[in-house]
Amino acid sequence: MLLLLFRRILLGLVTVCIVSLIIFAGVEILPGDACTQYLGEYQADDELLTQCRKDLDLNRPAFDRFAEWAGGAVTGDLGLAVDGKTKISTIVGDRLQNSLLLALCAMSVGVPLALLLGVITGLWRDRLPDLIASTLAIFAMTIPEFVSATLLILVFSIWLGWLPGIVLTSASAPAAEFFPEILLPMIVLSLVMCAHIMRMVRSSVIEVMASDYVQMATLKGVPYWPTVFRHALPSALLPAINVVALTIAWLLGGVVVIEVVFNYPGLGRLMIDSISDRDLPVVQSIALIVASVYVCVNLAADLLTMLANPKLRTMYMRK
Amino acid sequence: MAGTLHGSKASGSRAIGILKDLVSRPSGMIGLSLVVCHVILAIISPFIVPFDYKLQNSALMLSQPSSIHWLGADHLGRDVFSRTLMGGREALLVTGVATPLAVIWGGFIGILFGLVGGRLDEVLMRVVDAFLSLPWILKMLVLIVTFGTGIEVLIPTLAFFYGIPVIRIARAATHDVIARDFVWAAKARGHGRISIIWRELLPNVLDTLMVEGAMRWSWMLLAFSSLSFLGFGVSPPTPDWGLMISDARGFMSFAPWGVIGPVIALSSLIIGINLTADALAKALGIDRAQKAPM
Repeated sequence: MLLLLFRRILLGLVTVCIVSLIIFAGVEILPGDACTQYLGEYQADDELLTQCRKDLDLNRPAFDRFAEWAGGAVTGDLGLAVDGKTKISTIVGDRLQNSLLLALCAMSVGVPLALLLGVITGLWRDRLPDLIASTLAIFAMTIPEFVSATLLILVFSIWLGWLPGIVLTSASAPAAEFFPEILLPMIVLSLVMCAHIMRMVRSSVIEVMASDYVQMATLKGVPYWPTVFRHALPSALLPAINVVALTIAWLLGGVVVIEVVFNYPGLGRLMIDSISDRDLPVVQSIALIVASVYVCVNLAADLLTMLANPKLRTMYMRK
Repeated sequence: MAGTLHGSKASGSRAIGILKDLVSRPSGMIGLSLVVCHVILAIISPFIVPFDYKLQNSALMLSQPSSIHWLGADHLGRDVFSRTLMGGREALLVTGVATPLAVIWGGFIGILFGLVGGRLDEVLMRVVDAFLSLPWILKMLVLIVTFGTGIEVLIPTLAFFYGIPVIRIARAATHDVIARDFVWAAKARGHGRISIIWRELLPNVLDTLMVEGAMRWSWMLLAFSSLSFLGFGVSPPTPDWGLMISDARGFMSFAPWGVIGPVIALSSLIIGINLTADALAKALGIDRAQKAPM
């Protein structure tokens, strides 16, 4: 068991290392570097370019610079932005906090709702509540986020005037100041994640309810609800851990479009802005952070699943 | 699953059988009709639109829907109805070319490494994991900002990044099929390696890849329209739904009709593809909901 744990953690570390290599190599291979970007139209001046590359240490071999960058990243020092003054860790820190806030809000609504709906639709398969919820879930999953966000703004902030349709709070403001502006982006995100998790839980509930041991319990005379709660749900909800993990990773890295639509100052918008400005040091840092979060969250989910599932635990132990 | 196992013989009649199964399900029927309508519209729309998509008329700026301009006009006085009709052409072209490319290269690599196995396979899977852990929009935007936003950049970029998850699916499907009895039976009958790959493995892996391709298509369309929405996709004045929604959003409080047309068009296409993919998965006996939403 310990060996398995260790192996899984090691694999996660290896993945993060490969990610950092890909990020660094990608930036090296692409045409242009921090200096051509910083100098802009002055980059034709060879003297300035050489001087700048010397100042920024770009003449050293790529491997050296990679080692320094990766070493700094481990200790939380992400280096300087392309202007050579601002510390990346302070810019990214605020944005990461805001993204976390939005993710937490969306999850606190989305996950319980998804589990509840998933169980209901799974137990009442193909009946009216299932048909309604499943159809709505298809809409929530497939319609692009910017479309649903636009429609919600149109209805709730323009026609009804209930909620603000745009976030005006500055990036470094304390969490409390984001209410009530955070509500609309939160609703859009929780709708999307709710749909994904619900579908997963639904099919897992259906599968478990048809399994031999649930039938066995029924045949032995266990009443319906105790069967559902004691025998079926614990194992039916287990696969949900992984989907929830994937959704968390998505919430922290991929909600660029929603942040742009609502003008929310999170990591996603910083990503777009720094890519447009070609502020490559910041892009590298964001990529590394988001990828590490993805790996960690998935790792945590795998470990949780392993701990919660006696069958899996003993299966690996026997090996 | 038993219904999905088959050899390469009679694949023509099998395709017709699957199509019949697809159409017999309500979701498949609705989905397929939506997709077919959109494809036909994309092809014939330049010949049937009532107005030129780039014709600007300042007198009509943000005007309401009328009997002449069914969906009103946008902020430059262009006919929204004509632009909505033509707004899917670029998206369908780019994703229609990139999806098969992604499935082919991802499928090929996945099957290959699934068969080879060993150290190399282990290393490749870590690289795939690493790529998947980066947000899609970051990977794509870096390339687009560097190389430009034309379709000659968008197609290879989408095909490359959307092929990576296919590697994983194809590899898993290969492992799954290889462990089955009928592969052992073929080995016992003395069939060669090539013959087993061609006659036993490929037909069964292709089912999975087909469903995967349909799902990739809808995600790619989502990605493409999101890129357009963010201003990194189609360049104006070419009409595109994502770009149209982005443009019309600023005037939504007094001219909401500019948003409604492209919203309905884009949503109906993506829902159509998804319903088709769902029905296809059911017709082929592959449970799609069990897959993670990545």
